[in-house]
Amino acid sequence: MKMILKNKQGQTNSREVHVKTLEVIGDGDLGLSIFNTPKDIKGTASLTYSHALKPDEQWLYLPALKRVKRISSKNKSGPFMGSEFAYEDISSQEVAKYTYKYINDEILNGIDCFVVERYPAYKHSGYTRQVAWVNKQEYRAEKIDFYDRKNVLLKTLTYTGYQQYLNKFWRADEMYMTNHQTGKSTTLSWDDYQFKTGLTEKDFNRNSLKRAK
Amino acid sequence: MKIKLKAILTVTTLALTSFQSMADWSGDITLQDRYFLHDPLPQNPQQHNNYLSISSEIEYYNDLDSDNKSITFTPFVRIDQYDDERTHGDIRELQYQQVFDSWELRLGISKVYWGVTESQHLVDVINQTDNVENTDGEDKLGQPMIKASFERDWGTVDVFILPYFRERTFQDVDGRPRSSPAVDTDQVDYESTDNEQNIDYAMRWFRYFGDLEIGLAYFNGTSREPLFRRPTNNTNSLSLYYPQMQQASIDAQLTTEEWLWKFEAIARDWQNNDSNDQLFDEQFFAMTGGFEYTFVGVFESDADIGLVSEYLYDNRGEEATAIFQNDIMMGLRLAMNDADSSEALFGVIYDLDNQERLISLEASTRFAESWTATLEIRGFNNIHRLSRLKGIEEDDFVQLDIAYYF
Repeated sequence: MKMILKNKQGQTNSREVHVKTLEVIGDGDLGLSIFNTPKDIKGTASLTYSHALKPDEQWLYLPALKRVKRISSKNKSGPFMGSEFAYEDISSQEVAKYTYKYINDEILNGIDCFVVERYPAYKHSGYTRQVAWVNKQEYRAEKIDFYDRKNVLLKTLTYTGYQQYLNKFWRADEMYMTNHQTGKSTTLSWDDYQFKTGLTEKDFNRNSLKRAK
Repeated sequence: MKIKLKAILTVTTLALTSFQSMADWSGDITLQDRYFLHDPLPQNPQQHNNYLSISSEIEYYNDLDSDNKSITFTPFVRIDQYDDERTHGDIRELQYQQVFDSWELRLGISKVYWGVTESQHLVDVINQTDNVENTDGEDKLGQPMIKASFERDWGTVDVFILPYFRERTFQDVDGRPRSSPAVDTDQVDYESTDNEQNIDYAMRWFRYFGDLEIGLAYFNGTSREPLFRRPTNNTNSLSLYYPQMQQASIDAQLTTEEWLWKFEAIARDWQNNDSNDQLFDEQFFAMTGGFEYTFVGVFESDADIGLVSEYLYDNRGEEATAIFQNDIMMGLRLAMNDADSSEALFGVIYDLDNQERLISLEASTRFAESWTATLEIRGFNNIHRLSRLKGIEEDDFVQLDIAYYF
């Protein structure tokens, strides 16, 4: 995954992250993220056991000290790697994380969508609500508006370049988040998606975190 | 054993030529300036006020075309303007690693970290401290080892065989900060008749119970912490003695949403020396315990502020070989969470018995994609005249590191 961070003046910063995920039935996913750039943090890795309503469990591996640190997971609303994506925006999406309200149907860029409001059901969210445009045909999100704690529009996330993998999984090539309050934006580009790679729970423990490359 | 610069360079060249294909290289080159705020003590006229140095650590990693085997080679070198002992090289890692179904093996020179606390690292005894690098004890020398790690339902067990001992590094007479008199690293004695070839071993059990994580460890072998012997008639420097030790330790962390509770404790059986440099058997207990509390998104910004406080204890009191025996650490951590990963950590360790204060500030930021700047300030304040820290009271310094990563 590649992240391009852009500030108001148009200056950019990039990050490259290798992400491994194991879906867990009935709970949040297990995730391992390994940073390749910026080069000063190359080899830094994070391990997350995410949960729908309970706080996530999270560890950070610091390669210079070879130290694994269990870190506080309260920080859902904080920026991920200095980007416009908060941890809660990129963590595992579970049905139980929100309560929902159907608003109406709308055509968005020629796509027939349900417009749904969702309210975070977990603690420490940075949002009062999110408005999601969901593709009626494929049940995939096309756009999400995020409203901050004061219920003011904060960010908009747009998904582009959806591709279908293994005839069932829709994944967007690009996720573009723009912050209306600061003028900053972040583009997440995904490539080399691989499914059914044989990962098991063993690939998501402290020892595998220390080995992660 | 002192690995000389020349030997390191030869090994590096060899590795370069033999592993040239399918290589993943990364590393840094860092320019460092250390400025000491006060003039040296009158008895140390060889010392200077400003020291420039340059260092580089390079990592070579090869996965051997396999998901479960790898080789890592990490040489490190520093060249210091004045201090010939700080001009040094080390192989931080030169290891082969293989993962089997229910265990993994690591063979070669490697580095491991044990523990959870921030102010000191009592339980972390596998690798020797590369003491000339910094005063925080976090830089470590590569340790030759055979390590086997077994993952079971009841926890992870690591077994270590450590066939060779690495001596702690100390500044030369013209280096700073250092004790006064300086340590002569060529004057070394061991309790073990095998000297540095004593075979040490260690075991560690680690388990995670949701919010609670516990590690228990046992170490038997050469103490990483040396005893200092006073100058004799024909020398004017301290010499070193490495006794054997048996140490049991526990480290634990409880993680709730905004609180991290941390605890480390050791019980050690070894030889210590008295004021006449006579050895005697000693058993002691030491611990570090405290918390870290984080305020997320302070003042409606993206920044986090963490409060850290730890208590440091050693039951030998003022007689302890350790410098922290009844001390309290207070720290403040600031993470800006910006695109340049700017952060700062300020800490004071205050001695409740003799009012000594160790002050440190570390602040870093990234610039131009592949560069970082790190500012460090270390202050040694109110050092007691009978203290173990005697000699460094004039060694307060400001350090700037400019690093380029490739």
